[in-house]
Amino acid sequence: MDAFYIILTAFFIALSCGTLGTFLILRKMAMVGDAISHSVLPGIVIAFLISGSRNNIPMLIGAAAVGVITTVLIELLHKKARLQEDASIGVTFTWLFAIGVILISAFTGQVDLDQECVLYGEIAYVPLDLIVTDTGTILGPRPLWISGIMALIVLLVTRIGYKGFFITTFNPDYAKALGISTLIWHFVFMSLVSLTTVISFESVGAILVVALLIAPPATAYLLTGRLRRMLLYTAIISLLVSIGGYALASWLNGSIAGAMATVAGILFAGAYAVYKTKANRRTKVSFQKLPS
Amino acid sequence: MDKLLEFLSFQDPNVRTVTFGTIFLGMSASTVGTFAFLRKRSLVGDAVAHSILPGIAIAFMLFHTKNPFVLMGGALLSGWLAMLLIEHLSKATKLKPDTAIGLVLSVFFGIGILLLTSIQHSGAGNQAGLDQFLFGKAASMTRNDLIAYGIVALILLITVILFFKEFKLLSFNPDFAEASGLPVKRLQFILSTITVLAIAIGIQSVGVVLMAALLITPAATARPWTERLVVMMVLAGIAGGLSGLVGSYISFAAPNMPTGPWIVMCLSFLALFSLFLAPRRGVLARIRQQRQNRRKILSENLLKSFYHLREHNPETLAFSRGEILEKRAFSEVEYKTALRHLRRHFYLIPEGSNWRLSEKGYEEAKRVVRLHRLWEMYLTERMRLKADHIHPNAETMEHIITPEIEEQLLRELGYPETDPHQSPIPYPKH
Amino acid sequence: MEINTPALEVHNLTASYNRKPVLWDIDFQLPQGQLIGIVGPNGSGKTTLLKNIMGLMEPDSGYVNMFGQKLDDVRERVSYVPQRESVDWDFPASVLEVVQMGRYRKNNLFKRLTARDHEIATQSLEKVNMLEYARRQISQLSGGQQQRVFIARSLAQQADLYLMDEPFVGVDAATEESILKLLTEMRQEGKTVIIVHHDLQTAYEYFDWIVLLNTRLVAAGPKDDVFTSNLLQEAYGGRLTVLSRIGDLIAKKDFPLRESDFKEKEGQGDG
Repeated sequence: MDAFYIILTAFFIALSCGTLGTFLILRKMAMVGDAISHSVLPGIVIAFLISGSRNNIPMLIGAAAVGVITTVLIELLHKKARLQEDASIGVTFTWLFAIGVILISAFTGQVDLDQECVLYGEIAYVPLDLIVTDTGTILGPRPLWISGIMALIVLLVTRIGYKGFFITTFNPDYAKALGISTLIWHFVFMSLVSLTTVISFESVGAILVVALLIAPPATAYLLTGRLRRMLLYTAIISLLVSIGGYALASWLNGSIAGAMATVAGILFAGAYAVYKTKANRRTKVSFQKLPS
Repeated sequence: MDKLLEFLSFQDPNVRTVTFGTIFLGMSASTVGTFAFLRKRSLVGDAVAHSILPGIAIAFMLFHTKNPFVLMGGALLSGWLAMLLIEHLSKATKLKPDTAIGLVLSVFFGIGILLLTSIQHSGAGNQAGLDQFLFGKAASMTRNDLIAYGIVALILLITVILFFKEFKLLSFNPDFAEASGLPVKRLQFILSTITVLAIAIGIQSVGVVLMAALLITPAATARPWTERLVVMMVLAGIAGGLSGLVGSYISFAAPNMPTGPWIVMCLSFLALFSLFLAPRRGVLARIRQQRQNRRKILSENLLKSFYHLREHNPETLAFSRGEILEKRAFSEVEYKTALRHLRRHFYLIPEGSNWRLSEKGYEEAKRVVRLHRLWEMYLTERMRLKADHIHPNAETMEHIITPEIEEQLLRELGYPETDPHQSPIPYPKH
Repeated sequence: MEINTPALEVHNLTASYNRKPVLWDIDFQLPQGQLIGIVGPNGSGKTTLLKNIMGLMEPDSGYVNMFGQKLDDVRERVSYVPQRESVDWDFPASVLEVVQMGRYRKNNLFKRLTARDHEIATQSLEKVNMLEYARRQISQLSGGQQQRVFIARSLAQQADLYLMDEPFVGVDAATEESILKLLTEMRQEGKTVIIVHHDLQTAYEYFDWIVLLNTRLVAAGPKDDVFTSNLLQEAYGGRLTVLSRIGDLIAKKDFPLRESDFKEKEGQGDG
């Protein structure tokens, strides 16, 4: 049962991350996603200090706000201080992450987070954090519920806003010319990314959030040329990553999150091989066609 | 204060090792990072830092040692592999560079974490310390470490000095470097190798995650101050070294504070400080420049109003505030600011409650009016603008045209007598 | 020249890119129902002008009217074709999906497209002879095919005014001819088509009206009035050095292109 809880939680997280990650890489904002996943740390720690728990919804949203602020900060450094974009990203996230680590060290006693957890999460402890009602019924692990609700929200918003995300990602200038506000869509999207990152953070840690945001969509991207199918493949890959990651981690007795990233890497390598053989075949075909 | 003195006396050999170690590492990473910054590849540096982890873990699993040279060998190999993969994926597939960077970064790091945790859980003897690569282990640096990293840092510096000219060309003008017959591929290989090396030793002080800061932030700090590469590298090195010093002091004074994050904090403050305060390129300098522009526009406009009044009433010399405001609607504050400025430079002289142009002020006013009318001439003659459209444009350009451009305008227009509205163009007395 | 309800009126437009002025006091009106080319050398600000017209960039001064109204009030009647290179053709989308974007509106973004929308999208594809490619992935198209997809998307908007940025770039001769034929048909239906075009050789042949641009407006009018050797020489005979020197100065000193408070106090100047 524990294994099932862990795999299901992992799947919900991977599904949310992968769905958003699809648009993230198509918007060429993969590294902004990376930055957000680091810079929500101080938000999480402060939320923790104020509320004393990490599963308090307003606090989750507060921490997610830090993620959105990160994108604004990057933009400000780039536009106002005229720092080149890659450097603005690098300076912003390392700074915020450093603040987070310092806060953890300063309030060791009060924050139930340690440095290792920050980096690779503690999804193995999911089954221990149970929701128990007043009458004593056990409703299942808290992280499972939260990540499940998150996945539901992400899927719903993507479904409803599909056309909006589609057009503002593919051709923002054209969308603007139609009178569609790309700015609003941008902020809705970044808020979702931040919220997902915050919720995934405690389970898989900062950098492995990035793995789940980028690796499954990148794999799906190599396999298909349609957005809907890319989203579907990403979901399937997320499931494989969750199951495979759990199995690999039990076999090597290592971190589940690390194993999930490893499996994601292996799947990507497979997709790459498929992509290359297809590409080779295509060039061969076109060479054969040429003389005629 | 006592703490600070105790720290700076470097009595404690341990403090000495740690402090010199972090300063050393900070300086070498900053110097090499300057190239990464200029080549807009700072995030590749971030990815390489993360990708070093599995190399270290595998080296440890194979050789069961924590010998810094062995671990560094593993680090170098996997860092290199990551760099090649990023390049290959963004060239040979439809993945964009940022996706390739993020993919390689996170997957390599994940593999590293899996291996490290696996080593830890298997309890393989002296594994303790490997996880310190994550957040740096400045505080537990030994003399042997210091010597090892010192040697590497020295190699880096010598390489940078030897190939300085080539690297410079590669960073600023890669196309030209290629065209001028430099062995670009080989130079890139050398530059990449020293970058990976700098990262491999740099993670000792700030750790894998924050390594990007040690590469990028010093360069970002130095950039606004200078246009010269040498100066920029020296400044970046100083920023890196200084931050190392501050970081190790803080963790000396408050032992439960981590060194790496404090180094990064210090670096970030230095960067923000110079992005805001650097002369010319800083945000503040630009704001000041804009305010200066506004003041110039205001006072020149007031001068012009005096000139126009005089043009229309040749007998009168001094005018009242009311007459001026009727001519042009200055706000209360604008009027006062401009008046104060003009009075201080003796462009305006008081006469009772009125004001009149001094000789110097009159010439200056003439200059502004001349530029305005000349520019209107230019707009109609050269840019074919209709006479009723040219005023707003000239209203701004009169404040920006320099004497050199004025000279060119005069020559191109053949020293015209009047502007398109038939108002005379006033020339200087001599 | 006054034109009755011009399709496009650009009034004293001054615009900059990276704080450097690119367009100086551009002022012209264009009539309805014509095929109009915006022509000028490289870097003369043609694309910037189009982006300012479409509200994708904020001008430093001046305004734009379409059919005598602000863009926001006539968006339904205006269609924009961006440069082909401005999007990533590796994007996971099919030809039909891209063309359907022409039916997206601010207020139907959360609804399904109607049967009528699908019908219009399909017909638009047919008009550019791309129906058989409807299910193709867009990265598998040639340059000319990509251009035709963009034009089909624009047709699907069923607008009255079309603004196209370099629709003939990267297009083979046959496609160029078929696109031109389509544009001519559109004009016959009373549509106004404005095209940014870099090729002086074909401009006279293609267009009824021509706007000659080189950071400043050199001329705008019927092609025979504009295509004089004098005016062409002026547009293509090099940059005005005074202008570019001042441009550099403005960028360097962060100078405003218009005195910020000028608008409110207009009309008191004798220079």
